[in-house]
Amino acid sequence: MSFLELQDVSKVYGDGANQVNALVGIDLSVDAGALVAVMGPSGSGKSTLLTIAGSLEDPTSGEVRIGGASLSRMSRNDKARLRRRSIGYVFQDFNLLPGLTAVENVSLPLELDGLTARKARVAGMAALDELGMGDRAGHYPDQLSGGERQRVAIARAVVGERHLLLADEPSGALDSENGEAVMRLVLTACRRGVAAVVVTHDAQLASWADRVIFIRDGQMVDQTTTPTGPEALLARNAHS
Amino acid sequence: MSIRHALLALLSEGPKYGLQLRQEFEARTGEVWPLNVGQVYTTLQRLERDGLVESDDTEDSGPQRGFHITEQGSEELAHWLRTPPDLSLPPRDELVIKVLVAVRMPGVDVREVIQVHRRYVIEVMQQWTRLKEDEAEFDINFALVVDAELFRLDSVVRWLDTADGRLKRASVEPPAAAPVALPRMRRTVGVRR
Repeated sequence: MSFLELQDVSKVYGDGANQVNALVGIDLSVDAGALVAVMGPSGSGKSTLLTIAGSLEDPTSGEVRIGGASLSRMSRNDKARLRRRSIGYVFQDFNLLPGLTAVENVSLPLELDGLTARKARVAGMAALDELGMGDRAGHYPDQLSGGERQRVAIARAVVGERHLLLADEPSGALDSENGEAVMRLVLTACRRGVAAVVVTHDAQLASWADRVIFIRDGQMVDQTTTPTGPEALLARNAHS
Repeated sequence: MSIRHALLALLSEGPKYGLQLRQEFEARTGEVWPLNVGQVYTTLQRLERDGLVESDDTEDSGPQRGFHITEQGSEELAHWLRTPPDLSLPPRDELVIKVLVAVRMPGVDVREVIQVHRRYVIEVMQQWTRLKEDEAEFDINFALVVDAELFRLDSVVRWLDTADGRLKRASVEPPAAAPVALPRMRRTVGVRR
């Protein structure tokens, strides 16, 4: 069942001669447990798509539904609550708060949502443990490597009952091995039922996705078909 | 892929039978490159002829006949490992040729042609990545082979992306003079097979 649905979504910035059609008639549906990658050149509208899917920005027209609820019918407070409870964001530059330890960064959204500090910390530790970062919980961001910081950012994005993970170039500054580690973590979250959308220009990262959609000039121009099993590759080599 | 040198490498670990060489070759290449037993024995005969391996002193010419590497074979293997493959001339690349043809053909949306190839390459990459998904069952030889293939395909996507961007800019700013680059490209592409 679709957890995230975008229906005929368009976004226009400016007007008159300065008008920019950032997104044009986007239809996108992401099931719970699915990982979708969005590829396209710089300025194609990938990041705009992500901010609209995450309710950080409103579309000019069209409909966005998360967990079956239409965002256009929600108040600003409802949207803020939805973001805190159901949506996790991962950005290229991690966006960790420098004055907080790893576990404080992870548990902060839960505390903001009303959970007691103790319960939030327990949940934060569990999320860090799951990503192999339990022993770094007390470290501040500047004491962590780039790969470790991104793990903390992913822990923060999936902690609690988040059902939607939105990532914008999540491994942009990392080497390919750490990039792969990030995608493994995202995929692990998906296999637990989280719906994820990852925006990237990196084909190797995108290839972890169940489906890759291609955006150009604000329009979805193409998408991959469901990949066949890897056996097909080996069979092809055997016959070559 | 040099089967000749791969067999020398396997024999550098100690004497082996032909069938064993075949099984180990396939295991070491992550079973991505299957090898038939006929290729193994033909290659071993040539290696023996060139003095790079020696066979057991036995009448048996079948699967029970063992082989070991000679000193000359070890030297040849060490030399081969350190000799970079010839990467200086571009191979004939069918994809590049298709895009070049699409650029010149009237009525063809070359960016759409590029997208067809981009999607296909990424679909193949998805299949390779599926093989990496279960890390626990992922041995180091296989990991190296899959990584190599993914990086190769990744470079194809990057070339397509660059070509796409270049063509977009070119369509916005058409060249003032007749293109002079094409004859040079004709000379370069497809020079080697």
